[in-house]
Amino acid sequence: MHLTGGSRPAGSVTAVPAADTRTSRPAPVRHEAGSLTYPGARRPDRHRLVDASGISLAVWEWGDVDAPPVLFAHGGFDFAGTFDTLAPRVADAGYRVVSWDQRGHGDSGSARLYSWEADVRDALAVVDSTGARSLPVVGHSKGGALMLHLADALPHRVSHLVNLDGLPSARSWPDVPEHHRTRMVNSELTTWLEHRRAAATKTRRPGTVEELARRRGLMNPRLDPAWLAYLVRIGAFEEPDGWRWKIDPSMRMGGFGPWRPEWSMARLPSLGMPVLCVLGLEIEVMGWGTLPEDVQHHLPPGGRFVALDDVGHFVHVERPDVVGDLIVDFLA
Amino acid sequence: MSAPSTSGPSTGEHLVWLTHVNVQLALHRLRDADGRPLLILHGLGEHTPAEVPRAVSAWPGPIWGLDLTGHGRSTVPLGGGYTAEVLMADVDHALAHLGPVTVLGRGLGAYLALLIAGGRAALVRGAILTDGPGLAGGGPSPHSPFVAGTAPTRIPGLAVDTAPDPFALVELANDIRPPDYATSFVRQAVQFSGLDTPVSVTGVVRPSWLAAVVDEPGVAVSTLPEALRRYAAID
Repeated sequence: MHLTGGSRPAGSVTAVPAADTRTSRPAPVRHEAGSLTYPGARRPDRHRLVDASGISLAVWEWGDVDAPPVLFAHGGFDFAGTFDTLAPRVADAGYRVVSWDQRGHGDSGSARLYSWEADVRDALAVVDSTGARSLPVVGHSKGGALMLHLADALPHRVSHLVNLDGLPSARSWPDVPEHHRTRMVNSELTTWLEHRRAAATKTRRPGTVEELARRRGLMNPRLDPAWLAYLVRIGAFEEPDGWRWKIDPSMRMGGFGPWRPEWSMARLPSLGMPVLCVLGLEIEVMGWGTLPEDVQHHLPPGGRFVALDDVGHFVHVERPDVVGDLIVDFLA
Repeated sequence: MSAPSTSGPSTGEHLVWLTHVNVQLALHRLRDADGRPLLILHGLGEHTPAEVPRAVSAWPGPIWGLDLTGHGRSTVPLGGGYTAEVLMADVDHALAHLGPVTVLGRGLGAYLALLIAGGRAALVRGAILTDGPGLAGGGPSPHSPFVAGTAPTRIPGLAVDTAPDPFALVELANDIRPPDYATSFVRQAVQFSGLDTPVSVTGVVRPSWLAAVVDEPGVAVSTLPEALRRYAAID
């Protein structure tokens, strides 16, 4: 924590501007893709910025600008570039794929505050920027749960919903005595408070492209190291001491709060638009551990459910061909 | 980090700026004295009062008040994104400056007083929960979802964002406060504070989270003067 300006006696207080009148700080450097390659991957055809209540959102598009738009929402600590292998397949089938880096991620600006509701509001700003009254939405992981919220709140803006391994189900607490559980909760909470105290001066840890790819691989062990190295050049920026992920250092994995995973799943049965849910059956650290029976029980009438064997949480990265075909077939 | 001086006139307002990540928080000293401070947390849409409220004037020690993010003289961020948890971290920054305190919260501030009593049990020597704006939040369970507008209502004629932040008013009137989530903070306070009664409820309104809290061991229902005396008497 930092204390600035010291204490000031009454009557001589120098005002700190109460209003945050700046636009949000954009990400430091956007890497020019240049010779970036990965089999099947294609960088977006267009890039633009959308202002979401003062937060500058980096929007990325694949496909003909006059084609019908489809919104793609990425997962936590990812960015729109993680759709570089899936989006071209959908775009080439005749769609304008529109994605964005969520606040604090990728080339979008950092915010002072982050919340679920703010992310949904940002998503709506991107939807509005397409000019479409309603459009299909596709979301992976956290992005899938965000799109569930959007579709449930504003069904007139969402024509179809595709959820890619983004259906949180009930958390199973370990069976421990109450005092021990309280200790676990308190440990989680105090760790988070310590993070908040230190976050003002935090920066992402620098490293080589290979080091950043290896670190991400620890959380994504099923993904091709070459894909992860490709992602570094999109989702990180280079400074003299190395590459850093373009993720606001004040954000932290995990955390705590009143939110319960099953609250997202409970939105699913209410949806009236066509719904496609895709689940990878390999349980991973980044996934939700949701089982097919959890999804089937909540599927709305007419909803489609596809479970993919030998595929992990990143269904669209592991099998862009299969997932792309599923989406195109579903939208047709 | 440089520690600011807290010297000054014994009764005049005294202001300290704290930095919570990239938000400037205004921490007001309303009264200087020896002993453990009483930290006042305002309600939703309010700000720290200019003077010591009469209701707490019996507190024997110093009295401070914190303007939460988006309120009073603290930063009004762009684009909203408020949670009770991040405001609890606002309060934690005040604790980092003040050391052990007794916390008195109104409305939203009462909920935050409970959260920080659990989160920093060793630093909170009693949390007093009183009525005030924003006490209920968005209720105990998910409600019909909505997306708060991108242009919240602002005061006509004001060209710039001013406190209180309209996003704060919307978002913190709708955050979910499950009763068992609230009671988990009471249990942390009981287990880690060393106090028999770490939480005192002096208000009369009982949203479901607070109704559950008052049923927990370690929570007293009392008048405000009684609660102030209780915590003034402990080490």
